Amino acid sequence: MPRARADAPLPPVTWASPAAEVRRARHRLSRRTVRGLWIAAFLAPAVILFTGIVAYPVVAAMAYSAYRWDGIVRVGGAGLDNFRRLLTQYPYSERMVTALWHNVWTFALTMVVQNGLGLLFAGLLAGRTWGARVYRAIFFMPVVLSLVIVGFLWQLFLNPVWGAVNAVLVASGLGAFARPWLGDTQTALVTLILVNAWRWVGFPTIVFLAGIQGIPDDYLEAARLDGAGPAAIFRRITFPLLAPQVNIIVILTFIGAFNWFELPYIMQGVTGEPFHATDVLGLLFYRAAFGGVDTGNPDVGIGSAIAVVMFILILATSGLGALYLRRREVEV
Amino acid sequence: MSARAGARRPGRLVTGGLAQALLAANTLLVLLPMVFMVLSSLKTTREIFQRPFAFPAVFRWDNYAEVWGAAHFAVYFRNSLIVTLASMALILASGTLAAYALGRYQFRGNDLIFLFFLSGIMVPIRLAVIPLFVLMRDLRLLETFWSLILVYAASGLPSAIFILTGFFRALPQDLDNAARLDGAGEFGILLRVLLPLVRPALAIVTVYNIIPIWNDFFFPLVFIHQDAVKTLPLGLTVFFGQYQTNWALLFAGLTLAAAPILGLYVAMSRQFIKGLTAGAVKG
Repeated sequence: MPRARADAPLPPVTWASPAAEVRRARHRLSRRTVRGLWIAAFLAPAVILFTGIVAYPVVAAMAYSAYRWDGIVRVGGAGLDNFRRLLTQYPYSERMVTALWHNVWTFALTMVVQNGLGLLFAGLLAGRTWGARVYRAIFFMPVVLSLVIVGFLWQLFLNPVWGAVNAVLVASGLGAFARPWLGDTQTALVTLILVNAWRWVGFPTIVFLAGIQGIPDDYLEAARLDGAGPAAIFRRITFPLLAPQVNIIVILTFIGAFNWFELPYIMQGVTGEPFHATDVLGLLFYRAAFGGVDTGNPDVGIGSAIAVVMFILILATSGLGALYLRRREVEV
Repeated sequence: MSARAGARRPGRLVTGGLAQALLAANTLLVLLPMVFMVLSSLKTTREIFQRPFAFPAVFRWDNYAEVWGAAHFAVYFRNSLIVTLASMALILASGTLAAYALGRYQFRGNDLIFLFFLSGIMVPIRLAVIPLFVLMRDLRLLETFWSLILVYAASGLPSAIFILTGFFRALPQDLDNAARLDGAGEFGILLRVLLPLVRPALAIVTVYNIIPIWNDFFFPLVFIHQDAVKTLPLGLTVFFGQYQTNWALLFAGLTLAAAPILGLYVAMSRQFIKGLTAGAVKG
């Protein structure tokens, strides 16, 4: 039985003959069947597409980690052996720890630099700031650019001999700071993170700005009348009320940091040069699945185990984040 | 009171000035690399190396002609366009139909199916690339546009269905009832009555998906190795491999690759910003 609709018309009170009643019932039934068929037809393309290309492969990706593989052919069960190899066997364990650490570092630095700047810009753009619309549009511009374009562009700028970055440093008397940014193990990852922030900073800016603009003026006015300065207003009112936006940005930044692939691949190659200084889980996963980790042979078992680890990290964090978000929203 | 307001004014001027200085600094940080890219694309490589910040002595538009002729840019552009438009069409068509069913009909399993789609929103589909590779190989779709179109369409569905179902649910039920009394069928109601009303949602879904699809590099990298089927981001890596030392051509290639999307952005930045932050803003 479909649930009754609040706005469905009341059934007319009739004294019709039983035969007419039966006829009507049969008619209604067939109409319901037809309606059901329509619903099924509407849902079918999306359900088939999503099941076949997203749901099934995601489940299969988990399952693959429990098999032994020869190339891309399953040759038997492996239990947890792939995970054991990933965590204890050279070179996998080494590469795994390095990559994971780089992802964590990427997340942390992106939070501070990119999202910190985003929050600052949002604060500066809120209110009746002159030119706010134009600034907004400009800051967001690199977000639409392909990471391949961004990566190649900055690779040229950061070239140690001919690149514009070192040329600017030399021209402004800071030549002592000029260095092979992407070739030095000390600076490569940080440089990559900064390039990434250059591309993305407009995103948190817009999200935080929308949040700030959603705060009722009364709150700020009341605080001002109580004598609160801008710093106090930000700390006590604006920032706490931005909890939902902060949460979403934290979750998206985490997912982005742990899925990081394009920029390291384009700028530092599939092994995360120099000497794995920019190696991240995304690159390691790709190498294991389609290239080989320190060998020429792909290892689908290891690749699948890495995928499972990444899945768990990402889903756990976004799940916890979503829960926390709901709790805090209720409190506010 | 008035004394305090007066005392605050110069302070406000200073903070206002500081704000403008910071905003202007970031504007330069965003725009200068792009300006530099375009200017360099009009120089010779020697000029780029010797006088990097000077204006081009002569505007060498030939660079563009050379890039267009030498690399397969026309092919890459066409491929990207086909893949993006086909994926978008699939997302909009199948997403709208499903959202209409979920948003306008009450039936057993409605919530469950909605949650099923929703579960895909946070799932990073790339991590399923190994099974997808096997699947595409078995379907003999590797080295074809379909391998990309299917993945983009399927992974775009959760957000599309989420956004569209919300819009469908917000429309008054009287619309369907009135149309039904006028003799419209279930599909007719969607097509003639409701579809025009959810156009803003369709626009959001389009922007939200079309940019990541146009820019995607990962799936072409895995599924496509033949030059004739490569999309623009993958084609760009081929081009960079071939012309490593010819920086003038590299900058011209980058400018060429960036131009369509930047042009669109300049023309409709508001829609882009709104569409791409959908889900994060007001979420």
